[in-house]
Amino acid sequence: MKITEKLALDAFKNDKESHIKLNQEICRTCRERFCIYACPANLYSLNERGEMVVEFAGCLECGTCMVACIYGSVQWNYPRGEYGVQYRYG
Amino acid sequence: MEKVDVIIVGGGLAGLSCAYELSDSGMTILVLERGDFSGSKNVTGGRLYLRPILKYLPEVWKGAPFERHVTKERITFMGKGNSTTFELYSDRFQEEPYPSYTLLRAKFDRWFSDLVSEKGVFVIPQKRVDDLIKEDGRVIGVRTGDEEIGADCIVAADGILSFLSEKAGLRSPFQPEQFAVGFKEIIQLDSRTIEDRFGLGEGEGAAQLFIGSLTRGRMGGGFLYTNRESLSLGLVIGIESLNHMEPREEVYRLLDEFKERPEIKNLIKGGEIVEYSAHLLAEGGIHYMPKLYTDGMLLVGDAAGLGLNMLVTVRGMEYAIVSGVLAGRTIKRAKERNDFSAASLSEYERLLNESFILQEMKSFQHVPSLLSNPRLFSKYPQLICDLFEKLMWVDEEPKGRIYQSKIEELKRQLFNWETFKDWLQFRKI
Ligand SMILES: Cc1cc2nc3c(=O)[nH]c(=O)nc-3n(C[C@H](O)[C@H](O)[C@H](O)COP(=O)(O)OP(=O)(O)OC[C@H]3O[C@@H](n4cnc5c(N)ncnc54)[C@H](O)[C@@H]3O)c2cc1C
Ligand code: SF4
Ligand code: SF4
Repeated sequence: MKITEKLALDAFKNDKESHIKLNQEICRTCRERFCIYACPANLYSLNERGEMVVEFAGCLECGTCMVACIYGSVQWNYPRGEYGVQYRYG
Repeated sequence: MEKVDVIIVGGGLAGLSCAYELSDSGMTILVLERGDFSGSKNVTGGRLYLRPILKYLPEVWKGAPFERHVTKERITFMGKGNSTTFELYSDRFQEEPYPSYTLLRAKFDRWFSDLVSEKGVFVIPQKRVDDLIKEDGRVIGVRTGDEEIGADCIVAADGILSFLSEKAGLRSPFQPEQFAVGFKEIIQLDSRTIEDRFGLGEGEGAAQLFIGSLTRGRMGGGFLYTNRESLSLGLVIGIESLNHMEPREEVYRLLDEFKERPEIKNLIKGGEIVEYSAHLLAEGGIHYMPKLYTDGMLLVGDAAGLGLNMLVTVRGMEYAIVSGVLAGRTIKRAKERNDFSAASLSEYERLLNESFILQEMKSFQHVPSLLSNPRLFSKYPQLICDLFEKLMWVDEEPKGRIYQSKIEELKRQLFNWETFKDWLQFRKI
């Protein structure tokens, strides 16, 4: 099963605004791209302009990206109450 | 600013246990939980060992929605293309109170929060606490959205990424070596199939841990727990080793590859994935524990850094529950003195030190550095599998000769300086 299909099984209530913000200036100089390898939901990718983007709508709220990015680019918060992933099993 | 006696931030196991302990104190207790209900944001492996917590909360667990009591323990060493499994059965696993149970947090925490609410605690869901309110250096309340609420004591039970303990200045910034990421699937199967496949009686459960090639040399392993009508199957990988281990691979793929192994494929055959989840867990052990209290505030559970990854067992839930109870006891005594200063709350640290939690964390203080040895996740599991395979393998050639040459090879691999140093390190546990 593809990772996108796995995420589609989870219940999400998405806020309008992302709870994860990246500092493009830092990302531009980053060579390791820790975030891409670390995110268990595969939400990080480079867009056509070569900028790092994160698809916050499928976020499992683990915080791995924030910890893995040692350059401090990932400004991360939990989604507001009411929003985000809602596990039914956990 | 409205004021209550105690605000507990986070309605997970640590927060709810603290609330339960305080529920008979006559104080007004408020639990603020960011999820739609307690458990809706929480992920564990998972298995709860009951015996360590019975002394602290004896009555609570009677009606708990446990999944299965574990009667079968398996450890699987995985090599490239082979694996060896050790299985433990013991009559003691059948004696009540059963030593451990599998559980699912969305169900379990929800049940616990209902129980705590019935005891008069206010558990308010969908409330994310954004900040602490301080006055002259002491914590006097919390901010949630545009509301402010005050309390004599704040309990940070906000889990592994405790932003509150950071805001209170009790911990240093988050570092990769302090954490592992766990991610897992819930795979639905009917209970008869589970019992037949794992050789279990009705209601019995199995716990299986995997070490070796599945993490491609990265610190970590796999786990499989049987629930009533599903399996919890996942991996745990240290973030530091994820960041640096070559060749690089997106971490989520490791679980897909693991599931393709015949050892797993046959266990999950016909099962339907119903959920995919991820969560961090503590990797650093006692060395990374934050300061546990300050004026007007205490840390409990994962927020307090209470957790142990011992490779074959992950411990965190018992620590969360018991630290919650001990924080509750501390707060009751502080209330009698009407003194919530750091000096008064320091009793909590004393209680933790006397409990099994810190004693265990001290006993296993060398484990994190041991686990940073990559040979533990590649060379040694491979050796175990190869040795066993060679013993069992029969070929065209006479067995004796191969046997001899393999023994020689094994000696070379085992009796060298590197292995000797590893052995010295393993002895520390
Ligand atoms: C993959 C994996 C496997 C594991 N396996 C095991 C196992 O088999 N056995 C074991 O004992 N332990 C295991 N653990 C560890 C165990 O799950 C944790 O130690 C335990 O859940 C800690 O409980 P807690 O109450 O401290 O934190 P949590 O359960 O994380 O609870 C924190 C709560 O706080 C809430 N919260 C957070 N921030 C805020 C905020 N700002 N405002 C309001 N609410 C907030 C969250 O929504 C959550 O409900 C495992 C962990 C993982 C990730
Ligand atoms: S988020 Fe961090 S790891 Fe990812 S590209 Fe930016 S700087 Fe690099
Ligand atoms: S929090 Fe976890 S799931 Fe969400 S983007 Fe970061 S790594 Fe991916």
